[in-house]
Amino acid sequence: MRSYVVHQLAQLVVVVIGISILAFVILHVLGDPVLLLLPQNAGKAEFERYRKLLGLDQPLWVQYWKFASQAVQGDFGKSWYADTPAFSLVLERMPPTIYLTLAGLVVALLIALPLGILAALKRHSFVDTLCTGIAVAGQAMPLFWFGIMLIIIFAVRLRALPASGYGTWQHFVMPAFCLGAALAPITMRLVRSGVIEVLSMEYITTARAKGVGERTVVIKHAFRNACIPIITILGLQFGQLLGGAIITETVFAWPGVATLTVESIRNQDFPVVQCAVVLLALLIVTANVIVDLLVGFIDPRIRVSA
Amino acid sequence: MTAARTGADVAVKPARGAARPAASAPSRGSLRRLVRLKWGMAAAALLLTIVASAIFAPSIAPHDPLAVNIRQRLAPPVWMDGGTPRHLLGTDQIGRDLLARVIYGGRVSLVIGVSAMLLSATIGVLLGLTAGYFGRRIDWVITMVVNVLLTFPFVLLALAVIAVLGSSLSNMIIVLGVAGWPIYARVIRAETLAIREREFVLAGRALGMSHARLIFRQILPNLVSPIVVIATLQVAQVIVLESFLSFLGLGIQPPTPAWGNMLGEGRVYMLNSWWIAAFPGLAIFTTTFAINLMGNALRDWLDPHMKL
Repeated sequence: MRSYVVHQLAQLVVVVIGISILAFVILHVLGDPVLLLLPQNAGKAEFERYRKLLGLDQPLWVQYWKFASQAVQGDFGKSWYADTPAFSLVLERMPPTIYLTLAGLVVALLIALPLGILAALKRHSFVDTLCTGIAVAGQAMPLFWFGIMLIIIFAVRLRALPASGYGTWQHFVMPAFCLGAALAPITMRLVRSGVIEVLSMEYITTARAKGVGERTVVIKHAFRNACIPIITILGLQFGQLLGGAIITETVFAWPGVATLTVESIRNQDFPVVQCAVVLLALLIVTANVIVDLLVGFIDPRIRVSA
Repeated sequence: MTAARTGADVAVKPARGAARPAASAPSRGSLRRLVRLKWGMAAAALLLTIVASAIFAPSIAPHDPLAVNIRQRLAPPVWMDGGTPRHLLGTDQIGRDLLARVIYGGRVSLVIGVSAMLLSATIGVLLGLTAGYFGRRIDWVITMVVNVLLTFPFVLLALAVIAVLGSSLSNMIIVLGVAGWPIYARVIRAETLAIREREFVLAGRALGMSHARLIFRQILPNLVSPIVVIATLQVAQVIVLESFLSFLGLGIQPPTPAWGNMLGEGRVYMLNSWWIAAFPGLAIFTTTFAINLMGNALRDWLDPHMKL
């Protein structure tokens, strides 16, 4: 178990370093910060002065080291736009994003678990075909379009829910449903195949041979074992879920990290973009590690083989 | 490394579920595959229509997609009160014909989708082959990069890069293409690892074939099916992502018609004129749906056991 944990943590470190290099490269190699900071008609001397001031005349690895060592201390520099530290700006917007992500996950599970199990139990039936069909259609649905259609129907036509904003539970309904509906199809398909696979195992046959009731077989024997791949997958999907949350936020003007990132991109406020990218990555990687550890804890086979 | 392994397993699961019926109930399984193939054919026909209408847009579009007619602005679709047969799907806020714009909008989406896919496939397949064939340190490095990129939401990466590079058609293709390669690399690497040990490759090596010949003439031809399937599904993914970026105003800039920016412009008017946002969205949905159906059918047809 111990080496398993160490292995997981080591991987976390490597991935975070990778992401930080990525965030650094995006600004410093692909673009030139000075070009973005100074007005276009600034003279050559002015450019040189700024370049020195920002330490951009030093070798790239020195610059990266400076960026990384400050980032570790939570110092991503000041926002070029709002004159506050980028870190606190991003941190402030983190809770709404996390709440939305979790709410979306809950909705996705509420849709996917019953339908997935049902489809697996009644394999090749009409119900199964219908569920699979809806799942394929659902996967093709652009999330942001779906969100807009929800707004048109429920906020504009029926006036039942607020179109955007944050605060009460009513504000949560549409964004959470939108995000959940986006994640549900893939989750449903995975639940279905997970349960089908488990149902063909010998211990299920044994349980049935013992005369265990069908309901107990499904809930106690099949579903519990099917949970392991489902948890693993959901953990790995977390990045996609967060990606979905980014899209959902922009549609519903949700005051989370994503809307901040998009605003910052529009304002060319790169310290904030960098900080948001690194912190979101950290969030994803942490979620992945927690899931891996959880699965290793539930299923001893995994931590032994690792 | 475990994440990579579990990730690969994850990808395997749905396909296994789909492949299993063939083993347990042969007649029923093949019947099911046949039905799915039919769906795939229907999807392919639909897709062909969409592609054709994009290619021949100048001859089939009823109006110039950029022609402004302020007197006819915000006209509803023909079946609603106040709709005119002149504008079958209605007009937008400055009186441009929506049907013409939807038809022309497909050009941008398809060009970006296909070009970005070609770029990712080239990068991903080459790196996947390298990692799987040579193994060791180079495999470790490539796998690590794949892991880092796959953990990260594709959307955020694309947003950040577009923000620095600026948005133009070629930048969009480069960004979406470069961001999309890891999935190819992961699948191709896993397949190569297995194929490398097969007898015909060992025989080739014993005959003294060069690495390049082994990789491109012996191994690569065996990987065509997974590449085709991933590529198909990726086109759909890229189209959705491109339209999202355009929707945010970070992609294709107006007045060039693209499904994404039409949706973004239409959002402002959705209170009274829902059709401006609805039809481009419907176009995106139909296209990606057709591509996904076709991709699934291709997978069943080419190789029901494919690890995808």
